[in-house]
Amino acid sequence: MKIESRGLDFFYGTAQALHGVTLGVKTREIFALIGPSGCGKSTFLRCINRMNDTLDGTSVRGMLTLDDADIYAPNVDVVKLRRRVGMVFQKPNPFPKSIFDNVAYGLRLGMKLPRTELEGRVERALRGAALWDEAKDRLSASAMMLSGGQQQRLCIARAIAVEPEVLLMDEPTSALDPIATARLEELMQSLRAAYTIVIVTHNLQQAARVSDTTAFFLHGRVVEVAPTDTLFTRPRVKETEEYITGRFG
Amino acid sequence: MEAAEQVSVPRDMGGGASRRLRERLIEAALALAAGSSVFVLLGIFGVLLVNGVQAFGTGDGVSLANLSADERAMLSEAELAELGRHTEHAPSVGADFLFSSHWNPTSSVTAAYGVLGMVVSTLIVTLLAIAIAAPVGVGVAAWLAYVAPPRAREILKPILEMLAAIPSVVVGFIGIVFVGPLIARVFGLGNGLNALNGAVLLAVMALPTIISISEDAIRAVPKDYVQASLALGADRWQTLVRVVLPAGASGILAAVMLGMGRAIGETMTVLMATGNAVAMPGSIFDSVRTLTATIAIELGEVPQGSRHYHLLFAVGLVLFVMTFVVNLVSDMVLRRGAPRPS
Repeated sequence: MKIESRGLDFFYGTAQALHGVTLGVKTREIFALIGPSGCGKSTFLRCINRMNDTLDGTSVRGMLTLDDADIYAPNVDVVKLRRRVGMVFQKPNPFPKSIFDNVAYGLRLGMKLPRTELEGRVERALRGAALWDEAKDRLSASAMMLSGGQQQRLCIARAIAVEPEVLLMDEPTSALDPIATARLEELMQSLRAAYTIVIVTHNLQQAARVSDTTAFFLHGRVVEVAPTDTLFTRPRVKETEEYITGRFG
Repeated sequence: MEAAEQVSVPRDMGGGASRRLRERLIEAALALAAGSSVFVLLGIFGVLLVNGVQAFGTGDGVSLANLSADERAMLSEAELAELGRHTEHAPSVGADFLFSSHWNPTSSVTAAYGVLGMVVSTLIVTLLAIAIAAPVGVGVAAWLAYVAPPRAREILKPILEMLAAIPSVVVGFIGIVFVGPLIARVFGLGNGLNALNGAVLLAVMALPTIISISEDAIRAVPKDYVQASLALGADRWQTLVRVVLPAGASGILAAVMLGMGRAIGETMTVLMATGNAVAMPGSIFDSVRTLTATIAIELGEVPQGSRHYHLLFAVGLVLFVMTFVVNLVSDMVLRRGAPRPS
């Protein structure tokens, strides 16, 4: 298992947001987290790269491992963890810098790469995010000039430029139009060859289309984890069936 | 849609007319308010210009020749003699005004009218003040907006803003009795009332403006940027320096420029604290006198309508041009830094 969670509890202050979450994500699969708003799927996602640490008064109990190493062990360097576990957010959030500087951002942190090496890696990341053809002639233009879908692909390029092992995606297409969404889903399929992807989505069709395994969250608990085909065609639990057939949520 | 509305909502035509009139009146009142500030600005500029230009060329506003008989009768013999000498010796004022640093407008023998020393003094004191206040102010703002716990910010920000409420004469007083002697001791000088003293005090006075406005600018940087940076493995310091401060740069620059505007125009503090020496300063440890201080000191004593009187208006004009240039440059920088619409 690439990522394994066993009995993970999470608290915002005294409010418990996750109750004993247990699931495993295999290497180079796309793992979808679905469930109604407030069910804890985004909270779980943000446990994996410890982004929840940036909020005051949060605490974690239980086990969460990356390659069998405890993510919350006291000796873990959060900076190194986040270089191995990249993240793409719900709203495209490129920096107000040039396209090149956005992709190079992570590469310039804490190391000084020769210019040609830097350029090569920026190009590779942009190709990997299927943005190279659109961006190659205007690398020095502001990232703010790009469309929403292009901005989101730029954020993916920025994340994969530092060559992480895992990509976390928090509803990455919810701010995009259908065409940009389709392009991004296509991109996710090609990224699967190199990365383990965990995606939170409200779009059940999207989960069914892109993911290998799906976990259904409800009220901070994992109700059901199964291969995506199985979960959507023969759910074992009644709540799962009700949710995927649109009876609530 | 419109037709349906007209059917279902009957209109009172008379009320519509009176409402239109009311809106016209409000529009006119607002336009008047907006126009009045432009009018006041132009008026001030006009007064400075009209009075200032009279200082130039030969001749003097005050001379025996253009006094009326009544005015002559009011003067004593000694005063008439003094006025006669004054008229004879007043040299012409031209390019020397801007390019000479000799300022001795009241002398009846060796009158000189050069403001270069004061211009340089003003620039030294102002730039030095900004060089001190900008890094400190932006640092405090970054700490308040980005590092400090909310409680510390709640307590500290009002206190810092209270700093702006201290009257400038009190700041000058502190400069004379405390900061000046301290500077003299630290640098081994005989006299602490110098350009550096004035700059330190002006920096303190500019701090509340710089801190308050740049803190707002830093807090206005979207949290999304911070999240993205942290998620890429940047630490908080890298995030601050590489993302937050550049993203807030235009607001921070505006804060510094506003602080600078305050420093250039400030009068009482520099008048008290900089030692009042009308000469070209050789270093920041020399006593200086700024343009503002010169006007404040001399305008009360000057015969109205005299060349000296008009010269002080010309000094005001120089000051006006300097602050105008600062505003213009900051405006241009802000426009260039603003994100362009796609």
